[in-house]
Amino acid sequence: MRWVNRQVGRGGRVLLGAVPILLLVLVYIVMAANRHAVNPADKILPLPGAMAESMSALLFVPDQLTGQLVFWADTLASLQRLGIGLGISTLMALAVGLALGVLPPVRATLGPLVTGIAVIPPIALLPILFIALGLGETAKVALIVIGIAPVMIRDIAAHVGALPREQTIKALTLGANSWQVMIRVALPQAMPRLLHAMRLALGPAWVFLISAEAIASDVGLGYRIFLVRRYLSMDVILPYVAWIALLAILMDLALTFLSRRLFPWAHGESH
Amino acid sequence: MSTLLSFRDVWVEYGDRIIIEKLNLDIEEGSFVSIVGPSGAGKSSFLRLILGQEGPSQGAILMDGVPLRPECGPDRGVVFQRYSVFPHLTALRNTILGMECEKAPVLGRLFGSARRAAEEEAVEMLTAVGLGHSLDLYPAQMSGGMQQRLAIAQALVKRPRILLLDEPFGALDPGIRADMHKLIRSLWRERALTIVMVTHDIREAFTLGTRVLALDKRRHDPHAPHRFGATVVYDLPMRERPEEEIDQPDIITIDVNSNN
Repeated sequence: MRWVNRQVGRGGRVLLGAVPILLLVLVYIVMAANRHAVNPADKILPLPGAMAESMSALLFVPDQLTGQLVFWADTLASLQRLGIGLGISTLMALAVGLALGVLPPVRATLGPLVTGIAVIPPIALLPILFIALGLGETAKVALIVIGIAPVMIRDIAAHVGALPREQTIKALTLGANSWQVMIRVALPQAMPRLLHAMRLALGPAWVFLISAEAIASDVGLGYRIFLVRRYLSMDVILPYVAWIALLAILMDLALTFLSRRLFPWAHGESH
Repeated sequence: MSTLLSFRDVWVEYGDRIIIEKLNLDIEEGSFVSIVGPSGAGKSSFLRLILGQEGPSQGAILMDGVPLRPECGPDRGVVFQRYSVFPHLTALRNTILGMECEKAPVLGRLFGSARRAAEEEAVEMLTAVGLGHSLDLYPAQMSGGMQQRLAIAQALVKRPRILLLDEPFGALDPGIRADMHKLIRSLWRERALTIVMVTHDIREAFTLGTRVLALDKRRHDPHAPHRFGATVVYDLPMRERPEEEIDQPDIITIDVNSNN
């Protein structure tokens, strides 16, 4: 049978998907064990035991200075920044993207500006944000918003602009005005795309979050990683990275689930 | 019969390209006008003119004696070949949308008794087009024929002065198409509609219409194909025909009338 026709069953998919991950873990453990055989104090590739030990300190033992459980304080701070940044960007994408996609005068007015902002590398704006907004939470959230909002706005505007012209005309012949075309025709059809845009924006959002935290912060997942880097604490960095990956996957799955649940008409076969 | 729509010396030009030239035409109220013609003969432009999607470059289009605004409005309903229904709404909600737009300018939605009244009217209309049992289906769950029925119900609920059909049955298979012909013909008769239909199917044009207009170019310059525009070259009134004659299946039988 040719490979293009080989369908993999559910069980097979889980098994095949796990193979490369387990292989990678195995390679890591072998390399770490080799290094520890030569130098028992090696810090570059820590063994799982060492990771568990240093992580349990961060997870369960309150910090002497602040009295907080460090790991959970970091997670909460980062998720809060990410959530606010993503939330603001999503609302902007919806409002601006919709107006941009439906109303030609708005597109003519704001289109070039949004495109212009979208092509600026957001990290280049980080110094401006720090100067203008200080080193607090605002600057970090602003970086996430500036980083992902223009892309999301353009995505929604393009999606709404690509809705068949017939739909707008049909709505107009049903007596709709511009506002009604926006809220009854364009908005509902933009919603599944908005969730999709959020999923795609999550990756860049994490990048900007970690960057902002690395440069100026006192709590957060990115802050912690860059802090312990000074002590070559790979036993903390690796679990933190794995935790970020897990959080990102969970958010992605949640958004996919939400989209299928809320907008069954947009997912063809599933309703 | 009174004149509903009249074209007075209408031209449509895009720059140097002349699409429609010197079109003079009256469409009577209650008529079923079929428009045929080769591709590029301005059928779509003609429909867009009536729809108000664009205005004429010269001349005037009058509806009930008043110049037509070059913007789509609820006095003209339309059914396209595709994309006529909203994929995110069920059949019922697709149909009440027209009433919601009229009565709820800010929210675009009706609630309570106003909503129930609108739903009642919509159900009645959906039943009339044969979708009484599919009120809660999304368009993606419907066949092509059902979607076109829905599009017709959606348009008729606004009681438009004129219903425009843009190759409405072009994407349907022959059996469904015959059903749709019966439906549109009976709706036209019962509700005294005025219909303008653009079609590629000559047979459809002649069996459904009370009047067939053929659009084409009268003059043609092979060195400048866009120099001359199209206009009505044939205007054929159809005789009234009994309803059962519409869409007799094309089966070659010898025994149907037992007269070999």
